[in-house]
Amino acid sequence: MELKTIPTPRVVVHYYEGGKGQPLVFLHGAGGLDLDMDFLDALSQRFHVFAPLVPGYGDSEECPELRDMLDFTLHTWDVVAALGLRDPILVGFSMGGMIASEMAAVAPHDVSRLALIAPAGLWLDEHPIADIFALLPYQLPHYLFYDEVAGSKVLSTGTDLSDPKFLQAFLVRNARQLGAASKIMFPIPDRGLLTRLYRIQAKTILIWGESDRLIPPIYAQVFLKRIANADLAMIREAGHVVPYEKPEAVIRAIAALA
Amino acid sequence: MKFTWFNLMPWPYLPEDFRQKNHSVWVDIDSKLFDPEKSHELYNTYMDLLEYAAKVGFDGIGVNEHHQNGYGLMPSPNLIAASLARRTQDVAIVVLGASIALYNPPLRVAEEFAMLDCISGGRLVAGFPVGTSMDTNYCYGQIPALTREKYREANDLILRAWHEREPFAFNGRYTKLRYVNLWPRPIQQPHPPIHIPGGGSVETFDFCLDNTYSYSYLSFGGYLRGKTLMQAYWDRVAERNTSDLSPYRAGFAQTICVAETDQEAERLYSEHISYFYNRCLHVYPGFADAPGYRTIKTIQKGVLSQYARPAGGLFPELPWKDLVEGGYIVAGSPETVRQRMEELIQQLRVGNVFCLLHIGDMPKEKCMYSTRLFAEKVMPRLRNFFPEYESDNRFWSKPLARRVSAGALPADSEVASVVGV
Repeated sequence: MELKTIPTPRVVVHYYEGGKGQPLVFLHGAGGLDLDMDFLDALSQRFHVFAPLVPGYGDSEECPELRDMLDFTLHTWDVVAALGLRDPILVGFSMGGMIASEMAAVAPHDVSRLALIAPAGLWLDEHPIADIFALLPYQLPHYLFYDEVAGSKVLSTGTDLSDPKFLQAFLVRNARQLGAASKIMFPIPDRGLLTRLYRIQAKTILIWGESDRLIPPIYAQVFLKRIANADLAMIREAGHVVPYEKPEAVIRAIAALA
Repeated sequence: MKFTWFNLMPWPYLPEDFRQKNHSVWVDIDSKLFDPEKSHELYNTYMDLLEYAAKVGFDGIGVNEHHQNGYGLMPSPNLIAASLARRTQDVAIVVLGASIALYNPPLRVAEEFAMLDCISGGRLVAGFPVGTSMDTNYCYGQIPALTREKYREANDLILRAWHEREPFAFNGRYTKLRYVNLWPRPIQQPHPPIHIPGGGSVETFDFCLDNTYSYSYLSFGGYLRGKTLMQAYWDRVAERNTSDLSPYRAGFAQTICVAETDQEAERLYSEHISYFYNRCLHVYPGFADAPGYRTIKTIQKGVLSQYARPAGGLFPELPWKDLVEGGYIVAGSPETVRQRMEELIQQLRVGNVFCLLHIGDMPKEKCMYSTRLFAEKVMPRLRNFFPEYESDNRFWSKPLARRVSAGALPADSEVASVVGV
């Protein structure tokens, strides 16, 4: 995958591009693309993959003009247009799944294939989603991974929060990335998507880790019920970061849309 | 110099093992620890103490706003301030402050502050905090990355409402009002003085200087630790060629304990200091600083939130000696306290001092004792700093010359003749 930039009406967007085949747009979760790079490499063996960063993620410029869900939704359509794509396979993970759902709901004729991987965007009182904005780094693996021990190792590699220099860089990155995510996810990741899901016409596949402790798989049932043409691929031995833990299974599920 | 007696209104019944057994003193504090019946006496005692401070000669009495917080029982500072306005005569009522971004519409703050100013006869000193991340983001659900923009807009709305004399339409991003027409209006014209409690962000320094607001640093870390931040403020004042270096452009909060001797201070107050620093400040670090709440520029300056410390609480279990020597608290005999306060006032260059003289689970008698000693034996000897700015009244209240007091109705026996029946 190659890191590139492209101007859009409101901000210059950073994106990764790689592979050949049908165009596919991947929208990352609140954690950014760090854990997704191997998955994207594998995905690019079958598709022409575009993975734009939400402004503020990675080294990309923040965009104060993006404030609410509609801003995020239309901005991401602007990115698709800037990339010169028409009806790409739209794939979104977690927060990215929330954005992809909104995109498909506001422009139902422009998305014919949609893959939602453990998407955010709904809230069930009986199954509250953990507050990712109040979690400390050492608490994340429990919510993200099927294998917490392995997950802890991955997340803590190269991190030393007791080093003031590292801590400052970490806080800046958090402020930029999760600060951007907070606009659509804080304090509760629900901006009314439920009332718009009926508009989605795309052939949709929901992909969920069976052991997702962040957004429990029960949320899949609501998406299934509200989206006319949706199927569910439940993946065993996977937590929230299912593209990281089970890339092949996720790619198989996406490929069934193509 | 202006000395304000400040009470955070802590809950004094947190168990000894609070820190070990509880997640946080703030946001998700165990609500079972609150006993409404006990709070009845507590609220009244705390308000009595504020009135007592007025009686012994403080320039201001101060209240603030916190939510879901074990050391702050004032979700609504204005409720307390309204009562104080009725029960006191000359003292400034310092509300530091009402979190303007939390009210919908923020015009509510302009109205309530106007009411307080009218009731008190122009004694209000108004405060506009952004609010801590705990209060603003985690308790009141404001989106961290948008909090400051919303705050600025609220400030603009309130200021316009206070200044303009004709109804106007306000088309804000966060608040849209067709008919802004403030009623009642404040006595102090165009508006009461405004203080901004800040945590060291450059944007807030500039905001205060742009608007002639007083900047105050309300930390519990004490004046030695506060020096870097206040120096950054004064550097900014100089950098911008501000018209004057009035010390009333700045304020600082300091925990203070006074007794007859240094030894007596330790004997009387150390357990209450320990209660505050070791139990009340047990804030879960995940609530300290929601991502996006502080600007990148501020984080890059290396100013860490005073709550953003490793798990286990803000301060290590510091003994009395370390707290005193480390300048967290100013404590001891009147002479010791005077020397320390002189250092504080000069080194931080602050004309407004917010005196935290009620600490933790301190009983009212000890608080009265310490308060009176400070008022009688310390305060008078700290009055003469910055004589060249004595006439600077931009940052303090300007009461009506003739004011009424509560309870001025005629006796029932006089009513009939006046009414003419």
